[in-house]
Amino acid sequence: MQVRTAIRDAIAEEMRRDRSVFLMGEEVGRYNGAYKASQGLLDEFGEQRVIDTPITEYGFAGIGVGTALAGLRPIVEFMTFNFAMQAIDHIVNSAAKTLYMSGGAMHCPIVFRGPNGVPRGVAAQHSQCFAGWYAHVPGLKVVAPYTAMEAKCLLKAAIRDDNPVVFLEHEVLYGQQFEMRDDIRLLSKPSESVLMEGDPARRTGVYLSVHEDSSTGPTQQKNDCGELGKKSIELLPLDKAVIMRHGTDITITAFSISVMHAMEAAGILWEKHGISAEVINLISLRPIDRDTIVNSVMKTGRIINIEEGWSACGIGSEIISIVTETAFDYLDAEPVRITSADVPMPYSKQLEDLALPNVDMIVNRIARMCGRR
Amino acid sequence: MHSEEVLALFRKMVEARRFEEKAAELYTQGHIRGFCHLYIGQEAVIVGVAKNIKYLQESPLDSVITSYRDHAHMLTLGVDPRIIMAELCGKEAGCSKGKGGSMHMYSKPLNFYGGNGIVGAQVSIGTGLALAHKYNNDGGVALIFYGDGAANQGQVYESFNMAALWKLPAVYVLENNRYALGTSIPRAVAGNSLINRGDPFGIPTIIVDGMDVFDVIDKSREAIDYARSGNGPIILHMDTYRYRGHSMSDPGTYRPRSEIEQIKKERDPIVKIKSELLTTYNVSPEEIERIEEEAERLMKTAAEFAINAEEADVGQLETDIILS
Ligand SMILES: Cc1ncc(C[n+]2csc(CCOP(=O)(O)OP(=O)(O)O)c2C)c(N)n1
Ligand SMILES: [Mg+2]
Repeated sequence: MQVRTAIRDAIAEEMRRDRSVFLMGEEVGRYNGAYKASQGLLDEFGEQRVIDTPITEYGFAGIGVGTALAGLRPIVEFMTFNFAMQAIDHIVNSAAKTLYMSGGAMHCPIVFRGPNGVPRGVAAQHSQCFAGWYAHVPGLKVVAPYTAMEAKCLLKAAIRDDNPVVFLEHEVLYGQQFEMRDDIRLLSKPSESVLMEGDPARRTGVYLSVHEDSSTGPTQQKNDCGELGKKSIELLPLDKAVIMRHGTDITITAFSISVMHAMEAAGILWEKHGISAEVINLISLRPIDRDTIVNSVMKTGRIINIEEGWSACGIGSEIISIVTETAFDYLDAEPVRITSADVPMPYSKQLEDLALPNVDMIVNRIARMCGRR
Repeated sequence: MHSEEVLALFRKMVEARRFEEKAAELYTQGHIRGFCHLYIGQEAVIVGVAKNIKYLQESPLDSVITSYRDHAHMLTLGVDPRIIMAELCGKEAGCSKGKGGSMHMYSKPLNFYGGNGIVGAQVSIGTGLALAHKYNNDGGVALIFYGDGAANQGQVYESFNMAALWKLPAVYVLENNRYALGTSIPRAVAGNSLINRGDPFGIPTIIVDGMDVFDVIDKSREAIDYARSGNGPIILHMDTYRYRGHSMSDPGTYRPRSEIEQIKKERDPIVKIKSELLTTYNVSPEEIERIEEEAERLMKTAAEFAINAEEADVGQLETDIILS
């Protein structure tokens, strides 16, 4: 299943389930979404619940907040998060702070969603990762799915959540196919991992850590594990990272599209250098799942974060602070951030390729951290 | 108008169209990436307004700003098409060294301030250009181009308010091409019209046939004179139309093909000036054909130049970020 379909399905299922859920944004209705993530929703739910807005981000974000305070559950789509900058005041000052300012009297169940990050070829004003910006703000939950399965189960959880959730998608991932059944597979014990070609880390239970924690998360789901498909989980916790691949030599943290690069790098590191990398898909950027990261670093002794955003005050900066504050003595190497270059995103492909993190960069840096060549 | 003058207008409009057609071709061939918004259909607007820009010696006095749909503005103001095309192709020789691309082009000597990718942002920035003209008391006017979609952004009205309050020399050129991406005016504009949006601020609006370069010239002259004489801001409401998709990646399923065909047939700005040349100005069909061929050749050369130009210089990645 494509990520865009997973998002569409999540919205549709929640709208069927709860009449207070509605979608608004630019081109979400008749156009079926600028990136087709709301295909068919207008047909099914009509104009009252799938609302095309004029190009007025500040206004409709505020209107969304108003409806949420009044008890509805708006999903506010930004055509891209670059345009949410027009509306960031309402996300931060209105949505995030009202619960606190009202002493708990008023809450704001709203989802702000849309593509974030670098979609390639569209230059500085349309290529930017806002994860660090929103992760900075108390009162928000911030999640960034990677797979279709995550997109669907996290979006459903975000819609049901009583807090404002910033939901960061990625244009490059929209068209990516993910096997839903495989993804949903939960393994009860690590021993059920499928080992391949001596690689201790290949194809371990992808949602293992999720399952272990799911009874306490918002999912409240006691899933019978080890089974494929049907009894699949419906929601994922908004505050839990997922170990995509187990390893012993280094911890790689990443979110959204960077997980793809991290996984590819981990494969190469094992095959070429015999380095066993543990890949953590952060998913939640506020709060950050400290336990999963710190436990991993206590085992591996090394950490590197990959992100498409800039390095200064980024997600990697936060993760490294967490690790040095809580597991300093376990570190065998300096923690490292791999990020986009500290420049506005250039248009030309040559420059853009240079500006973005890539797999080679990750492999080489990790090989050095692990003392290989 | 003298026939030479009219021929020059015709040439500019044909050049703008040929440029965009070439850009579409290069996009399809993969030389241009990302977003590419074509101006085809709207040529009379920029060509007509630019005719009234005031020059001191060789330099323009007035300033211009627009949205991402900016190629024709650059070209009409006088930037070499090779440099624009090279920018579209992300080349070192491009006007932004390949760093800006289609949506972000600028020309300091021509007082052209972009090229803005954020819908509506150019209206506030343009109002700032007007404030600078007033501040410097230089007699210049800011020409601020924006779309019907942009016309719904709040910052437009914040700008109108200040521009009227401070009597800024701002000419707001609303390029109403009837659609903001896939959203038509009736679906986005309360009251189904943008012609009275200046009223609450006391900003007059002149309604212009944006498909008729002569009407554009007459009315933009009037508007620019008004702003230059210290009367404050004014709005030119251009009734125009875009033939192509919103950008190269828009399939355009929100309007019937017949609508486009009808406007092409009845209102095309180039067809209109051409028939004017033939009938009123007695220009020969050969002369017209020659200009069309020259424009075609010019843009072909521009495309070849851009394709063969050096890739963006990797040494430029970390330059132009902050001045030291
Ligand atoms: C703040 C912001 N919101 C949304 C977008 C996406 N977007 C780009 S162009 C566009 C339509 C603008 O239409 P209009 O102002 O009529 O100008 P036109 O494209 O017709 O020239 C939209 C929605 C954007 N670039 N910036
Ligand atoms: Mg428009």
